[in-house]
Amino acid sequence: MAQQRILLLDDDEQMLDLYQELLKQLPSKPEVHVSSSGARAIALLESEPFTLLITDLRMPKMDGLQVLAIVRRKFPHLRIVVLTGVLDEEYRSRAYAQGVELFWQKPGTSEEVKLFQDCIESLLDREIHNEGGFRGMQSKSLVDLIQLECLSRSSSVLHVTQGALNGKIWVQNGEITDAITGQFTGEEAFKEILSWKSGNFEILPADPQHARTITNSYQGLLLDSAQALDEWRGQQSDAGKSGETVAPGAAPSSLSALTRFEGVEFVLTIPPDEKTPGESWALENTRQITAWARATQRRLVKLGEELEAGALAQVSGFGLQRHWALAHDTQKGLLCVGFRRSLPADKVEQTMKHVFTKWVS
Amino acid sequence: MGFLTKFNKEPKPELKRLPSGTFTIDAGCRVVSSTVPSWVPDGQVRDIGQQVLAIFEGARHANLQFSELVVQYAAFKITARAMRGGAIIFLSPRAMQSIIAP
Repeated sequence: MAQQRILLLDDDEQMLDLYQELLKQLPSKPEVHVSSSGARAIALLESEPFTLLITDLRMPKMDGLQVLAIVRRKFPHLRIVVLTGVLDEEYRSRAYAQGVELFWQKPGTSEEVKLFQDCIESLLDREIHNEGGFRGMQSKSLVDLIQLECLSRSSSVLHVTQGALNGKIWVQNGEITDAITGQFTGEEAFKEILSWKSGNFEILPADPQHARTITNSYQGLLLDSAQALDEWRGQQSDAGKSGETVAPGAAPSSLSALTRFEGVEFVLTIPPDEKTPGESWALENTRQITAWARATQRRLVKLGEELEAGALAQVSGFGLQRHWALAHDTQKGLLCVGFRRSLPADKVEQTMKHVFTKWVS
Repeated sequence: MGFLTKFNKEPKPELKRLPSGTFTIDAGCRVVSSTVPSWVPDGQVRDIGQQVLAIFEGARHANLQFSELVVQYAAFKITARAMRGGAIIFLSPRAMQSIIAP
């Protein structure tokens, strides 16, 4: 089994020595490297693979939030833990928004030190056993977890995230009672959440007062979801084999799935490479909007970096004629979607998340 | 356990805060009124205003008319409404609740 590698970032050399010793005592015996500056830490991450980055927030020159922004962009799969004396809720929120696994106050007692060591060991252990799928409180697939919760007749709320999408599944005494994600609720939402290929989940306390909308048994629900997924995969595979001819005026095959969402009026995809043409559906002034979308993205990414506001998630506009939204994926480029003006703002935002997730998957 | 005293010590440089509040700018990108705290540099407020106006202007040229712009970062939200060539801009750091709530 490969040795786990931890990179520890703090501007205080004494703290580095201390934590290095604490981490070396972990049962998994990780290899611990240290850095006293953000720039050196990023250089180290670029030159060698690491399992985990543990970083302080308050540091001179490049602070922890700046490091987080850069690291999250360059190494999206690296696990990150913040270890800091800063107890401000705003920074905690911003760190979590950058996708950190844990936000730890620097331990002050021997019990807290032990707890910190246990948490890091647990994270490393999860990394060893992680075979893709869902990352969450436990290293299990979502279906496994639902089955476990139901078989043990537990009561809980599963909070599931995939990229920008959020979903919740209510379990009461081993029965699935409700689910919600975006515009979907009940069984529809449950099936939608189960169709997500990967993501994170956490178990929240039970909510017995929550109204029940699902009456189907959990076995029936899991079976229906699996069948729906199989059918969808079958259709995708058949379409791929037949070459799927596109009717005149219809969306190009790669966009057709995106045009089926409620309220979508136009779709424009803009690849990262400026020489490669994008694809569009139901849009006339493609060239001008492409140039404007690229410029807008560049402006807002730069502004976000200056403000240390975290990654740019979504941009949307609301007008009398129609609404639109713009989102970016590092590999696929920009997605610009137009919506009917009658669609409320929160629906535009939610639908865009669904369209975007469909596009990147 | 004397070494534990090392965990809580030394003053460190302050982390940068995200601006909050509302301001209006005219078509020349001059700040007309503002409730943004005084610790936020004027240049930063103007920069946000400039970017917003440039986006509205670019969209007009691309024939994409809209009057409200919402920019969502992982930890920050900018909402801007076009007003006679200028704009009113709302800056709001996002709270933890809104990040995790579905």
